Amino acid sequence: MNAKKIIKLTVSWLILALALAFMYLPLILIVVYSFIDARLVGGKGNFSFELYANLFKNQSLMTAAGNTIVIGLVSSLLATLIGTVSAVGIYYMKRGKKAANFVSQITVVNAEIVTAVGFFLLVLFLSNTLRLPVQKGLGWLIVCHTMLTVPYVILSVSPRLNQLNPNLFEAGQDLGAGPMRTLITVIFPQLVKGMISGFAIAFTLSLDDFVVTKMNTGNGVATISTYVYDSLKRTLDPSVRALSTIIFVVVLAVLVVMNLVGKKKAKKIKK
Amino acid sequence: MKKRAFDKGIFAFPYMILSAIFIIFPLVLVLVYAFRGVDGKFTFDNFAQVFTNPTNYMLILKTIGIALITTAICLLIAYPVAFVLASSHFNKHTILALLFIIPMWMNFVLRMYALQSLLNMINVKDSFWAAIIGMVYDYLPFMLLPIYTSLVNMDKSYVEASRDLGGGDVQTFFRITFPLSVPGIISGILMVFMPTFSSYAITDILGGTEASVIGGKINTLFGERLTWGLGSALSFILLVIVIVVMVAGNLITRASNKAKSDAADNSIVGGRIR
Repeated sequence: MNAKKIIKLTVSWLILALALAFMYLPLILIVVYSFIDARLVGGKGNFSFELYANLFKNQSLMTAAGNTIVIGLVSSLLATLIGTVSAVGIYYMKRGKKAANFVSQITVVNAEIVTAVGFFLLVLFLSNTLRLPVQKGLGWLIVCHTMLTVPYVILSVSPRLNQLNPNLFEAGQDLGAGPMRTLITVIFPQLVKGMISGFAIAFTLSLDDFVVTKMNTGNGVATISTYVYDSLKRTLDPSVRALSTIIFVVVLAVLVVMNLVGKKKAKKIKK
Repeated sequence: MKKRAFDKGIFAFPYMILSAIFIIFPLVLVLVYAFRGVDGKFTFDNFAQVFTNPTNYMLILKTIGIALITTAICLLIAYPVAFVLASSHFNKHTILALLFIIPMWMNFVLRMYALQSLLNMINVKDSFWAAIIGMVYDYLPFMLLPIYTSLVNMDKSYVEASRDLGGGDVQTFFRITFPLSVPGIISGILMVFMPTFSSYAITDILGGTEASVIGGKINTLFGERLTWGLGSALSFILLVIVIVVMVAGNLITRASNKAKSDAADNSIVGGRIR
């Protein structure tokens, strides 16, 4: 019986170890080779910080990184605002609630390439047919990413609304606040947790997006995704390894901090 | 009393307008372009091109094939891993489960670059199967998470009941644990199958010329004005496939939930009815 248990545990550990190796070996390799000045991973080189120094000299990569962050921050802030207001509206809707929920889930379910084509055709329709002053580029990408991520904010805010005291809104109005003020000062604070997780989802989705971005970039605007994709087809600046390492470390740091904060809160609740 | 009459549903109004402009209308545009010839007149030519030109319909079939293979391999890897993670010995260590989703937060193009570097180092050249490895690498967490969640949240008294009644490990797994994890499997399959269908960056980077998919073709078609119609027709067909898969997934989930509740109605386990 005991031998059976030992075999079970060994097999379990083996499965986990293999799967983790598959997930992490490529990343570890890149981290190690970010400190080696070889042109290709696996090539000969010496330990150095050259790639990190070069990273900050690569203007186009730096611009791409800047664009990624600007698009990510602005679009996810907008998405959080629009998504939260809409979630409240949809929650209180008397008619057409089902239809509204359905519409808001279209982009979540739809193939991203179809959404990308839609945005592509739309911006041309707006500028060529309606003669509106819109064009592809940074601003349009922010619009696209916002519309792409609003549904995820709605998804993460909606469950919180169900826990809300149903009379809260009327209470705010009875005390003399207008609808907008009630929404912002009474309802929003109750939804903060959902808003934060919605923002986080929107931000990560925006940072990771490729399909929509690729089809809707213009005027030479690139993000990390499209820059690295395009240069993988030609020759890739090895300092991308330094960038990957920095991003990996930032991701790890954010997750560790979030985990620690979560644990502290859990402890507080226990006390 | 006028204040009381305020309809809070009005807060959904701005988004409804935005959706009409940025979600519904673009889909209409796709439809319009799919039925529009180069001369601007109504035509079925674009669809005819998809269904008569082998390069087009074979590409759709190939994409479906790649999506199916990826989904199957993800399931084969993710299920044992999720099972181990959810087992009583390991489920106290949530950090282990977290380890599997951390890479998801890193830009996937950068991760593909990392994987390509590793594969090239061990002499695996860009090819069809390298592309499959890349797809599995990227989508594994999407399969793992729902299965893990369904296994962890499973009512353990079913398993105990099976053991009390003399069921062995294998029997308990196939008759209790596996059927109860089916909803997790279905949502995992949907979460992998749907995006693999439209992503083309991974197969492009790792597949060389062997693994081009429909998404990449659509992207290229929109690079040139003359081929927008064909691109829109392909997008429209993709949309139809997405709808079919989603409806099928919903029906299966509903059926399996019904089967589950029927089973629970028939057998009261541990005094609890689920």
